[in-house]
Amino acid sequence: MLESRGHPNRLGMRGWLFGGRWGPDRYLYSLHRITGLGLLLYFAMHIILTSSRALGQGAWEESMARVSGPLFVIGEYLVFVAFAFHAINGLRLALAEVGFGVGKPIEPIYPYRTALDEQRPIVVVAMILVALLIVVGGLDFFVWH
Amino acid sequence: MTADSKPKTVLYRVLRFEPEGSSNPRWQEYTIPYTSGLTVLDGLWVIKEGVDPSLVWRSSCRMGICGSCGMFINGLPRLSCNTQISELGSSTVEVAPLPNFDILRDLVPDLGPMFDHHQALSPFILRPDREELEKPTAEYYQSSAEMERYLQFSYCIKCASCIAACPTVATDPVYSGPMPLAQAQRYNTDTRDDGFDIRKLALRGPQGPWRCHFAGECSRVCPKGVDPAKAIQLLRRDLVADYLRLRRPTPPAAVVEKPDDIARRPDIPEAPPATV
Amino acid sequence: MQDQKLWTWHLAAGLVILVLLGLHMAIMHLDAALGIFNPSGGHPIDWANVVARGQTLFFSVTYVLLLGVALFHGLYGLRNILLELAPGPGLKTAISWLLIITGVALFVLGTWAAWKAHQVALGGVLV
Repeated sequence: MLESRGHPNRLGMRGWLFGGRWGPDRYLYSLHRITGLGLLLYFAMHIILTSSRALGQGAWEESMARVSGPLFVIGEYLVFVAFAFHAINGLRLALAEVGFGVGKPIEPIYPYRTALDEQRPIVVVAMILVALLIVVGGLDFFVWH
Repeated sequence: MTADSKPKTVLYRVLRFEPEGSSNPRWQEYTIPYTSGLTVLDGLWVIKEGVDPSLVWRSSCRMGICGSCGMFINGLPRLSCNTQISELGSSTVEVAPLPNFDILRDLVPDLGPMFDHHQALSPFILRPDREELEKPTAEYYQSSAEMERYLQFSYCIKCASCIAACPTVATDPVYSGPMPLAQAQRYNTDTRDDGFDIRKLALRGPQGPWRCHFAGECSRVCPKGVDPAKAIQLLRRDLVADYLRLRRPTPPAAVVEKPDDIARRPDIPEAPPATV
Repeated sequence: MQDQKLWTWHLAAGLVILVLLGLHMAIMHLDAALGIFNPSGGHPIDWANVVARGQTLFFSVTYVLLLGVALFHGLYGLRNILLELAPGPGLKTAISWLLIITGVALFVLGTWAAWKAHQVALGGVLV
């Protein structure tokens, strides 16, 4: 471990969410983290709950009845929203994090053009897709049923 | 006298810390007159020379080259010499030491951990022909296109703004951070270099680019346009390709061999004798 | 284990999940719009639909594949977040083992359920 020689000034977990006047990509990063954790929590409960189908129709319908009602529908919709964001943003990240869509090294001439500027149109398209999925999902959840 | 001709003032809020006491860092306020073209660093000098000589910070060149004066100014890490007060859009200037580093005194951060990480990733040319490196006989081949693959990352001045902005470094002292990783990529892509496998020993672990989640703050705050986020993603591409055995290593650039059958053009005079 | 290896698989797992969970979500939550793989109509979680999907080998196999891949992706992501909090070496090992055990337990449970449900669904038709 590195030895501290002065007053500690790491931002800590506050720095994950908020460290100053940051840009939109910082908030996408935070949202990706939060939706990921939420999806994982839901996934663990989902595995346990849906395992009841192995015990036949009675057990299945009993466990499904336990999670019915408007509150659970809203909760499931939130899971769908988290999935839509995490999936589309995740695809963007999967490509960007192996160097696709971040641009080639360039001569830094002011005003600087960075990988974030290369990503900006991709981010906009991705967020429009997320919004579309959220709207279509919302209609399916609450209107078409 | 009209209201316009009254001298405008700037309010400086500066985070002070004395290591001698046991007290925590505290904000101190100074009001100084505003003059056209005043940078944040100039303002600090005005305070030190006229108001409070005990104020401490690091700075040197005053022109954005040396990378000493990185500070957390109005919510963003910036070079104080490179930041005009007029561009802040506020008559209050809040100056704190760069976050994610221990504070040694007032505005002086302890950059040691960053340079430890930097050093651990061998930020220099590594090649097998040590003799040639120590006592060079000629130049290595490198085309302009090959140079442009790393040139942007070599403009880094190690001002630590990117480390202060990185959300991963905010909690994680193991992760190397944007600057050291960008420098690893700078030397990995240099055609004269053959050190990929040596740097990989550190980069494949938790020090490597794996805890970068592309929040992009390093590239946003970099005062030299080095774009560390881009460097890290390109570095990760090489490492992933290496794991999947898709990376084709190329031998390092060879030494330019001196042609032996040439004669000096007659219209070019001999160089004057050496004076030292 | 090396992050170079694990992260590459994390990425690959994410792409597999994108396809399989996309299909799963489309079946479950875009049923009114798409209406795929719900042969008996009604709600996708009605028992008849669950049986109909459970009968096909495709769904039984992809359920298990999605289960394993998503558990790895999610738990590696969680491990990454936890290790970024700079735990000590002992706690770090404990976190890794806890997540591995959790993952294996959930995988065993889910695989058992998928296999058993496949048997139940096939039996339900035969009897």
